[in-house]
Amino acid sequence: MAKNVNNNYNYKSDFPILNQKIRGKPLVYLDSASTSQKPANVIASEKEFYEHYNANIHRGVHYLSEKATQMYEDAREKTAKFVEAKSEEIVFVRGATEGINLIAATFGEQNVKSGDTILITEMEHHSNLVPWQQLAARKKAKLEFVEINTDGTLNLNDAAAKLEKQPAIFSFTHVSNVLGTINPVEKLTKMAKKRGVSVVLDAAQSAPHLPLNFATIGADFAAFSGHKMLSPTGIGAVYGKREHLENMPPYQTGGHMIKTVTKQTATWNDVPWKFEAGTSNIAGAVGLGAAIEYLEKIGMKKVERYNAELVSYCLEELQKLPFVTIYGPLENRCGVVSFNVGDMHSHDVSSILDEEGIAIRSGHHCCQPLMETLGVTATCRASFHIYNTMEDVDKLVNGLKKCKKVFKL
Amino acid sequence: MTQTSSSTQMYSEIILDYYRHPRNFGTISKPDASSHEVNPLCGDEVTVQLKIKGGKVEKIKFNGKGCAISQASTSMLCEHIEGKKLEEVVKMSKEEALELLGINLSPMRLKCALLGFKAAKLAAFKYLGVNEK
Ligand SMILES: Cc1ncc(COP(=O)(O)O)c(C=O)c1O
Repeated sequence: MAKNVNNNYNYKSDFPILNQKIRGKPLVYLDSASTSQKPANVIASEKEFYEHYNANIHRGVHYLSEKATQMYEDAREKTAKFVEAKSEEIVFVRGATEGINLIAATFGEQNVKSGDTILITEMEHHSNLVPWQQLAARKKAKLEFVEINTDGTLNLNDAAAKLEKQPAIFSFTHVSNVLGTINPVEKLTKMAKKRGVSVVLDAAQSAPHLPLNFATIGADFAAFSGHKMLSPTGIGAVYGKREHLENMPPYQTGGHMIKTVTKQTATWNDVPWKFEAGTSNIAGAVGLGAAIEYLEKIGMKKVERYNAELVSYCLEELQKLPFVTIYGPLENRCGVVSFNVGDMHSHDVSSILDEEGIAIRSGHHCCQPLMETLGVTATCRASFHIYNTMEDVDKLVNGLKKCKKVFKL
Repeated sequence: MTQTSSSTQMYSEIILDYYRHPRNFGTISKPDASSHEVNPLCGDEVTVQLKIKGGKVEKIKFNGKGCAISQASTSMLCEHIEGKKLEEVVKMSKEEALELLGINLSPMRLKCALLGFKAAKLAAFKYLGVNEK
């Protein structure tokens, strides 16, 4: 049964969507790794922006435009502080996917040559795989994968051996969205840097739960999505070391990103605006700022600790069910617990849990090559954020017992 | 209908039996027609292969991977189709296919239930298309 729920961790009431019944049962939302729910202050911040401050940024000299510009740039400042970076190193994008595409299409395009290797890992999300695969195809370069161990951790010996061959770029995820593995980012980055390899970090699953310090991690680039860390959808960030951003060609061209334009030529705006062509998701950025405020009020150390408690309680309870197979390491894990139930397909598990008001994810989680490595076609995945409770885990366990009954396992 | 009865209804004895012991599962070495269907939302896949003789489905096999609903419905459909005229197969309606399952499904799960139906019908269409030219 649930450990006593610490009242310090009672955040559910800050999230309006969680105060509802689904199919007659109180909603138990265990799909935050796909997208998190949003606290009231984030929803209010977007509403307030549209009701009082909406105008386009950077160009206008009227009051609202100045105010909106200030709010947008404040959000950048907050985002930069959140990951211990400088404001000019933060480019607003739609999310991690667009971020990695930006990096591949600019820095990648510039630095990968025919015959080079791009190194990623076997645990990458399609978003940190397909952009590199396509870049490799364009450049006649090779895409290589660092293997994973049977326990779902990254094989560091294999990483060392493949980094030894000096790939042009090493791009890897901080936290796996399937296995929950927390990769040793600083160590991997150091190993790469020693060989002069550029490092790209997919921080989509770590930014929501872990205190991040991009300055000490030392990666050249990183990308993450706001919507997985309590902010609205359609906003995220690329972090890039200033010297790279300065030297890279623009990603898209058009308004906002230029300094001067003649009929035949154009010059680019300063960084980071050089990479923000067109009108940005201004309200989204304001919402991201509000989400960061919310998380920082709790404190990222506490967010991290609470998530670790939820994940280890879930692992403990699922290990008690002999008909459940768990994927990924049992320790040093963040955010998600992937599993299968007997010979059931994950969609069937998800359907039965849905009747209990429990939302989990089923399928390949945008990680088809990883599924192949694991030797499965799909898994169930429960994932957590600050608003989940130990009772949510108990409800999941009861739901899985119902699956066992229905499928006569 | 109460909520609890619905998963028990959806995963009836019969459907579980078809899921665990699918009829017409396997491959045909030299099929006259075949079609491979994928549900990109969930990754479920099914391949349906036909052996045609005298305008009739002499033999039908399927293979693939997916949920109980997609696997059981495809298996039931294959049984249903075997021996039928191709004309009948191409005219077969969704409703007829769903009737074999005999359960109510949400829109997302309907896609699972109709994956094999889509594959079988496409295979039949392909065969007729090729051979009528
Ligand atoms: C590890 C990882 N990388 C990248 C992404 C892509 O994020 P988005 O869809 O927000 O661009 C995700 C989202 O599921 C993810 O889990």
